Amino acid sequence: MGVEDLNLPGYEIPSAMKGNIAITTLDRIYNWCRQNSVWPMMFGLACCAFEMICSAASRFDFSRFGMEVMRPSPRQADLMLVSGTVTKKMIPQIVRLYNQMSEPKYVLAMGSCACGGGPFKEGYSVVSGVDKFIPVDVYVPGCPPTPQALLHGFAVLRKKIENESIRTVRWYRKEAVPEIPIPVLGPDLMDPRRYAEIKAYAAEKAQQREQEAAGSLNEGGQA
Amino acid sequence: MTGLAILRGLWITLKRLIMTYVEDFKGGKNRYYTSEGIEARRDYRVRGAITIQYPEEKLPVPERFRYVPFLVYDETPDGERKLRCTSCGICARVCPPQCIWIVRGTDANTGKPIPTPLAFYIDVDVCMNCGMCAEFCPFDSIKMDHDYEIATYDRFAHHIFDLEKLAKSAAYYAKIRPTDYAAEEAVRREKAAKAAQKTEA
Amino acid sequence: MTQQVLAKQVQEVFARFSDGVVEDQRVGYQGYIVAPEHLLDFARALRDECGYDYLTTVTGVDYLADGKMEVVYHAFKTLGGPALEFKVQTNRQNPIVPSLALIYPSAELQEREIWDLFGIRFEGHPDLRRILLWEGFYGHPLRKDWKEPYFEEVAKPFKSRFPDGKVYRAEDKHPLKDNIDFPEGFDPAKWEAEGDAALYKALTNIPGADEPGIKTEQIILNFGPQHPSTHGVFRMAVLLDGETIVNLKHVLGYLHRNHEKIGERNTYIQNMPFTDRLDYITSMSNNFGYAVAVEKLMGIQPPERAEYLRVMMAEFTRVISHLMSIGFLLNDLGAFFTPMMYALEEREMILDVFEAVSGSRMMCNYFRFGGVAHDVPDYIFDKIKGLVFERLPRRVDEIDAYLTKNEIIRARCEGVGVLTPEQAIALGVSGPLLRGSGVPYDIRRAEPYSIYDRLDFDVVFTEHGDVYDRYLVRLEEIRQSIRILQQVVKQMPEGPIQIGKSTYQVKVPPGEAYGRVEAPKGELGFYLVSDGKPNPYRYHVRSPSFVNLGALAPMSIGSKVADAVVNLGSIDIVLGEVDR
Ligand code: SF4
Ligand code: SF4
Ligand code: SF4
Repeated sequence: MGVEDLNLPGYEIPSAMKGNIAITTLDRIYNWCRQNSVWPMMFGLACCAFEMICSAASRFDFSRFGMEVMRPSPRQADLMLVSGTVTKKMIPQIVRLYNQMSEPKYVLAMGSCACGGGPFKEGYSVVSGVDKFIPVDVYVPGCPPTPQALLHGFAVLRKKIENESIRTVRWYRKEAVPEIPIPVLGPDLMDPRRYAEIKAYAAEKAQQREQEAAGSLNEGGQA
Repeated sequence: MTGLAILRGLWITLKRLIMTYVEDFKGGKNRYYTSEGIEARRDYRVRGAITIQYPEEKLPVPERFRYVPFLVYDETPDGERKLRCTSCGICARVCPPQCIWIVRGTDANTGKPIPTPLAFYIDVDVCMNCGMCAEFCPFDSIKMDHDYEIATYDRFAHHIFDLEKLAKSAAYYAKIRPTDYAAEEAVRREKAAKAAQKTEA
Repeated sequence: MTQQVLAKQVQEVFARFSDGVVEDQRVGYQGYIVAPEHLLDFARALRDECGYDYLTTVTGVDYLADGKMEVVYHAFKTLGGPALEFKVQTNRQNPIVPSLALIYPSAELQEREIWDLFGIRFEGHPDLRRILLWEGFYGHPLRKDWKEPYFEEVAKPFKSRFPDGKVYRAEDKHPLKDNIDFPEGFDPAKWEAEGDAALYKALTNIPGADEPGIKTEQIILNFGPQHPSTHGVFRMAVLLDGETIVNLKHVLGYLHRNHEKIGERNTYIQNMPFTDRLDYITSMSNNFGYAVAVEKLMGIQPPERAEYLRVMMAEFTRVISHLMSIGFLLNDLGAFFTPMMYALEEREMILDVFEAVSGSRMMCNYFRFGGVAHDVPDYIFDKIKGLVFERLPRRVDEIDAYLTKNEIIRARCEGVGVLTPEQAIALGVSGPLLRGSGVPYDIRRAEPYSIYDRLDFDVVFTEHGDVYDRYLVRLEEIRQSIRILQQVVKQMPEGPIQIGKSTYQVKVPPGEAYGRVEAPKGELGFYLVSDGKPNPYRYHVRSPSFVNLGALAPMSIGSKVADAVVNLGSIDIVLGEVDR
């Protein structure tokens, strides 16, 4: 987006000053700046990470969109590119990294794995979509999404940023955005917010087993 | 000497830069935003930068390219859409992550299955774009799409494709996969001719 | 093949263990069943007297119906030749098998994996912890009676998909609305996470540490799983004395995707696209390995043209993989991303070929049993010719000219991460890592498959076993691959690309097979057990990266912490394959 696009319609700018001056709203200029300097976090999880690297490499080169600086540190990144399969062993780290990112922050789920589990969803140690734990802004399905599909995902993200307003964005609200509690690795992955549910489930399971055992005993007795 | 190594390293990059301009100069106007320009930049002879300026220009995908599947329908002369799918279920059976769901219709009167699916779903959050469904469909009905620009804001609303979203016209199919389409049509014509012969005889 | 022709020494050894070692009589099975009490002596005799010094694969099988578990070993001679397979059986209630980790160090990691996934305990193992899952995970998932939260049916295809396919997301059917399950009566509030206690205990447990002398304070440094130099989600914990590495343990499983459990539910053909996602840089080679294993079981041979196409694709992936590996190595040395960019540029060119041939850049899913899926379109054949005769040779020379003599590379790589040939063989490493240590072992020559016995190429090896030598081996192997490619392109025969008609229902007779190929990273093996059903009963992937990682600690202990990164880079791992 050049300066011309920033200009609000309805204002005549003298032709001598075209390209140098734009009359616009604060929101627009704020979003315009952010839109064109989204720094992604260098964060590869699986196969999709390679398509992400390819998008950064010479042929697709996402630095054309002001994204060239892939930051290894979450503190300096605006965009978390979850590129690949999210496993139960990895999700605590992902949540921790997300918490460490400073606002404004965005999450792009790349690939069907990050979106909703992917081909390995049925497995026992795969999280069914990273949005089970952290909020996702843009989903790019595909296995793997080609670099151009990912670039399209960035375009979609930029559109989202474009439509935000300083008045409503969460990072300028009074109330603090709560941190996401980091999941714990127990016998299986445990979300600290759901302990009561898990306990109830396990208790019910135990009960069921007891009933079954009792039932089979009875049957045995009858026979 | 370490300094020399650094200079040599810088020289490679500089050479690339110069070559880019040389090639731009040679290619002239056609170098960017034209399909020949793109082809020239993906050719094995290219020496300079190979960047494709997506989204202004797009790297064309080859015919066999596969993204998510779609269902082909033929249009009858009076504009009616006729799905090729006969709900035989082979694609659902062969799909490795089992992300295809098909509801086969049954005739209310006879109770016999009717050869059109009542519903057809593909969960693109599970689909691995492997192309197995297209490879083994006996009716040339399910094919792999070329449209990769399907990023969304909400996966719960959009990521389970249903019949409406999956159905695309045979003309579209012919456009993205001309060779496959031509080959299949040839086979079809041959079969039709044979069948006609038989009925005549 | 029950009547193997065996060398004299081997016969003698067998005679000595007459009662403890019997031939495996099951239909379709090979090898020998060793009684657990004789295992250690038998293995030692095999290694020392018979020359089977190279144990590459150890895996488990759960025979639920027989109430038995089995550990399967494949040992090879580094001089070449087929495997000697032996097995140990144990009961399912309390499975214990003596550990071979001290005789064949290559077994150490793989036995940990078996403990993790099958719950077979290895007596005498130096460090038996879970490896892919975490300490405290409930159950051992590869046991046949263990079911995951989303369990639907024992085998695909699932009945709920057709003809009455009411679409649903797997989580919607689970009471907890997620992919989780807990043992009965479990209370999360009482759970005390073990965390890394066991890891640190193993890390600080160093023999000889109690000896008198000056004690310095040692620190533990954690590295990964999110770090730009870990090549994915890999973590290592290092015990440091100043800057010197005293001990190193790697932590895996951050990308454990249950490949094998899913593979045992899939039909044979359904596994093909899943193998793409093992080592995701080299999907064609993975396809190759799996196709070779299944074809061995089925007893079929692809037609000539298909063989050539297969070799062509596999060698292209080798070029890609080695280029990437060199690029990443330089990344780790601090040449941030520029060499990588040049490597990726060549990769893009080759990926164009893959995309045109198979339909996808990375996940090719190109091989079928008894052939390949598609023929090469004509227009891309010109590009292939241009690549193998012009562009790639020139680019390799360029890399050679700029990097090989570079002072920084030599200063950082020479003499670093040395692995002696003895160590390399004992650790079971393969690929450039093994050949860099002076062992000229290449499966394409040692146990030729496909048409490699007809092709002209050299097995590259160097003598010093350091990081620099591994770099040299990779560079030279690219040249050899190009040489193979040139021959293949020139000799490409015409003909069918598939025997018979490609079908989604393949008939696989009962039995077992171990098929292996020389993937770019080393020996990629698939161990399959078939019970005649459409799905494999056991599907095991012996991945080169996983076993090669065992060399990281021996290479790095005693060196500086900065070199650990370079050592890791020189092993060239891909996490999809390590964790599976
Ligand atoms: S979506 Fe596909 S390519 Fe991406 S990480 Fe998952 S399996 Fe790999
Ligand atoms: S295989 Fe083809 S015809 Fe059969 S159900 Fe699938 S799409 Fe329809
Ligand atoms: S492309 Fe593969 S995963 Fe996707 S629907 Fe077809 S068979 Fe299933």
